[in-house]
Amino acid sequence: MSFLKRTVPMIIAFIMGILMVFQYYVPHEASQNLLKVVTRWGMIISGFAMFIGAYSLFHLHWNKIKLKVSGWGYSVFVFFGAGITIIFGLYNGGEFFWNDKQVGTMFDWLFDYVQVPAGATIFSILAFFMASAAYRTFRARNKEATILLISAIIVMLGRVPIGTMISQYIPIAADWIMSVPNLAAKRAILIGVSIGVIATSIKIIFGIERAYLGGGD
Amino acid sequence: MEKLLKIDRRIIFVLVALAVTIPLLFRFKMAVPPTKHVKSMYDKIDSLPKGSHVLISFDYDPSSKEELQPMALALLHHCFKKDIKVIGMTLYPAGTGLAEKAIKETGKEYGKKSGKDYAFLGFKAGSSLVILNMGEDIYSAFQEDFYGKKTAGMLALKGVSSLREIDYAVNLTAGGIYEAWIVYGREKYHFDLGVGCTAVMGPEMYPFIQSNQLTGFMGGLKGAAEYETLIDHKDRAAAGMSPQSVVHVLVVCFILFGNFLYFASGRKQ
Repeated sequence: MSFLKRTVPMIIAFIMGILMVFQYYVPHEASQNLLKVVTRWGMIISGFAMFIGAYSLFHLHWNKIKLKVSGWGYSVFVFFGAGITIIFGLYNGGEFFWNDKQVGTMFDWLFDYVQVPAGATIFSILAFFMASAAYRTFRARNKEATILLISAIIVMLGRVPIGTMISQYIPIAADWIMSVPNLAAKRAILIGVSIGVIATSIKIIFGIERAYLGGGD
Repeated sequence: MEKLLKIDRRIIFVLVALAVTIPLLFRFKMAVPPTKHVKSMYDKIDSLPKGSHVLISFDYDPSSKEELQPMALALLHHCFKKDIKVIGMTLYPAGTGLAEKAIKETGKEYGKKSGKDYAFLGFKAGSSLVILNMGEDIYSAFQEDFYGKKTAGMLALKGVSSLREIDYAVNLTAGGIYEAWIVYGREKYHFDLGVGCTAVMGPEMYPFIQSNQLTGFMGGLKGAAEYETLIDHKDRAAAGMSPQSVVHVLVVCFILFGNFLYFASGRKQ
């Protein structure tokens, strides 16, 4: 069992990992065909992953309802919302799901008048919390915090038209902050993350990192 | 002083709500001078000849619609006005509704037809794998468009077999997918790429701009408003500049006032 659960996946990961690394640098037709086949396989597997995601979501919320954990009532709405959307999606305006997608159906209505405003509302709430946090916690407690605070004010004003109306130098200063110190910090983070990704990939290919197999070892 | 420091957060929320609604009720115009990064994107599309292909990947969902949909509309107006063929797609399942609406409605304004003047390919699962597959063969990744029509032989895709033949690609993104477009798309298949992103993601674009991996980028509603100014089609983004400016000023006032109270109260927590 261990052979099928551990050894076989590790062999597959090793072979495919090495193959795809070399494939990237070989512009031969066979190499390109291989990439085409592998990526199509990947896209099919990604499709199945969406089902697993949906199953995981329903399983989680079903357990919440079953065990009546705090806020279990919200989980009922997950089933309610998903159920209605799935039913109208399959109904497809009376043409059913095996036909091409119809326009102006109840499914479209749910998207336009429920999902879109709900999503926008959740995102816009951020502005209220940011304003509250800015008033309550953004303090010039030390040298570093003061630099951050001044930079934030310049960037905040420099990124809206009113900044130019206050002074033409505000957008210039904001652009300098973004193009020099911000760029340096972002690039350092990016290089660090990329090296980390390469190291993890090598560890997976050579079987050192096995967390993806499950079990956590 | 103590009372002011521990002010009820609902008062702050009311002030923010007023800062948004009052400028929307009593509209006042603000000049939106375009920044160089937005101008680069505009110049790139503007320099393309009639019949060129611009790919727009609508990689966002309703939660970031307010920032990214105006960008999509501005880009579409520019492309359709210049008779550029648009290829739309999304790597976000919830992005199809927004993308389809944007392409269809803007196309209608210019008398453009699906399959002939534009192609909307819809959603495909797999993110970076879709990009790689499109890089090899666009018809393999999307055998049918969103409406179920075969992509092979589609007039809007004439002359395009893979990402290599795309004249310009724009990734409108609310997440990290833009990195996949750079690494697996632009770097491997050598096409020009621009990004439209949410305002909070803007700072992440600067390293890629300096390394010329991105032709330009639009950040947040301001970026969209700048593009609207450039194409001389002021719409929702430009209208949103006044409330956004007032809220930014209000937040700055909150920070300054909060710090004034902090120092005046002898730096009490």
